[in-house]
Amino acid sequence: MLRPDLAIIRDWIPAGARVLDLGCGDGALLAELRDNLGVRGYGLEINQDNITACVEKGVNVIEQDIDGGLGNIADQRFDYVVMTQALQAVQRPDHVLAEMLRVGREAIVTFPNFGYWRVRGYLLSKGRMPVSRRLPYQWYDTPNIHLCTVRDFDTHCQRNGIRVLERLVLNQEHRSGTLSRLWPNFFGELAIYRVSR
Amino acid sequence: MPDHTAPDSVGLVKPALMHFDEPLQLECRRVLPSYTLIYETYGTLNAAGSNAVLICHALSGHHHAAGYHSPNDRRPGWWDKCIGPGKPIDTNHFFVVSLNNLGGCHGSTGPATVNPETGQPWGPDFPMVTVKDWVTSQARLADKLGIQRWAAVVGGSLGGMQALQWAIDYPDRVAHAAVIASAPKLSAQNIAFNEVARQSILTDPNFHGGRYYLHDTYPRQGLILARMVGHITYLSDDAMRAKFGRDLQSGRFHFGFDVEFQVESYLRHQGETFSRNFDANTYLLMTKALDYFDPARDFDNSLEAALAQATCKFLVISFTSDWRFAPDRSEEIVESLVAVDRDVSYAEVDTDKGHDAFLLDVPEYTRLFAAYMRRIATELEHDRKEAQR
Repeated sequence: MLRPDLAIIRDWIPAGARVLDLGCGDGALLAELRDNLGVRGYGLEINQDNITACVEKGVNVIEQDIDGGLGNIADQRFDYVVMTQALQAVQRPDHVLAEMLRVGREAIVTFPNFGYWRVRGYLLSKGRMPVSRRLPYQWYDTPNIHLCTVRDFDTHCQRNGIRVLERLVLNQEHRSGTLSRLWPNFFGELAIYRVSR
Repeated sequence: MPDHTAPDSVGLVKPALMHFDEPLQLECRRVLPSYTLIYETYGTLNAAGSNAVLICHALSGHHHAAGYHSPNDRRPGWWDKCIGPGKPIDTNHFFVVSLNNLGGCHGSTGPATVNPETGQPWGPDFPMVTVKDWVTSQARLADKLGIQRWAAVVGGSLGGMQALQWAIDYPDRVAHAAVIASAPKLSAQNIAFNEVARQSILTDPNFHGGRYYLHDTYPRQGLILARMVGHITYLSDDAMRAKFGRDLQSGRFHFGFDVEFQVESYLRHQGETFSRNFDANTYLLMTKALDYFDPARDFDNSLEAALAQATCKFLVISFTSDWRFAPDRSEEIVESLVAVDRDVSYAEVDTDKGHDAFLLDVPEYTRLFAAYMRRIATELEHDRKEAQR
């Protein structure tokens, strides 16, 4: 079973596309795309267990830290550059997004929405940094150093000439419900964007 | 205590000889009229002939990669940690071929063997052999062994260069190439170290212009020095510090030039052991093969164009503390492969073991390499089932 957000991304990628997956984890998405859509791709990853898991699946994986940039990859080398739930964990999300759109025609990113009502409620009621199933860390040990909201991301795209081609905001049940469609920044827990220049 | 009866050992093995009468045209424009290669095999070739793995050795390696020649051997083959039943190159699945390269000194035709034309050892007259020449000779060995296509060609350091050359020269005959702790060509610094090693041999009074066999001697001191300088480049600063630090043999200074520091004693020991087991002319040849290696040269100096010839899948591994062939060098290979859309996986393994790490059991490396080989075995099994349908 593919993670719900990965299943959505799979449906957004056409057969035969060339894909780069930043922070590809155990390679589940790339393996799925290869097996069902004949997609050729590479994953970038720094966790050794994940790298080994990719190799075991026969998924191309390259040890590379996204924070070091993608300078070794030529412009417009890929059709899609994917980054799932890592945008908030990189040093400069804006730089990474720009790099994704340099090496790929389109970028697909997912991130936890910090504007989600439960997150707002947690901060409002407890006065402490929100901890939840999706954000399970304490303020001092979290890898999520650049959390943002759906509205933040929209504004960033607007100001930087990035076109939002598709946006899906999922609620806690990983579904796109009526409420999360109408008020994504309040009712959406996880945001999935497809963007281009 | 080494044990040839251990369940994960290939056990007692016997080298074999393959003689070739068909002349071999070499890159240096000379022709080797006939030659012999010594090799060992482990495991069983399957009916389809599809499960063969070629092991390419590094500078001082040879055909004896795994198992024991006799129950009394103190040590198994040089890559026994990786080859055997249940080991990363699992002989339950793979038929492993390991040879001594042309120009070697462990049983294949080389400078110490007799030149049939003169009846004397070849010595300095032995033609210069290159990585490309080795690959050609290995392809002929594969022909004779009934191997049309290697499941994998595997090598570390100079061995990794052979794997690269295989992928470029014989794309139809390689399914996977594992290139470990290697480089697409030597740097000026690499060549400089090789030159120091060569000069120490060439200037040894016992070298006799390479005809030391006729004088019943050999350039022992030169070989020792060559190995000492080479060995320094195989270890990392951290590994040396951890292993020897500034430890003194006797605990105090003697204010002389005899061995005082542990590291001096270690290097001398390594050098002496090596000088007893390795031929000086072979050492000269192997270091030149390293220096000359540059597959991009045939393609307008474009590594991308060279690697675009390849169709196999690649595994590239480097080690963080390797400064002889640093991770950057492996990344040159990886970037070129990505640029031409070839399948490649790459890991930079964190270790303080330096260049030597490729021969050692570094858990992270062993796990990754084993996973890659398991994947190949899975693919073979899949192909076999497909063929049965």
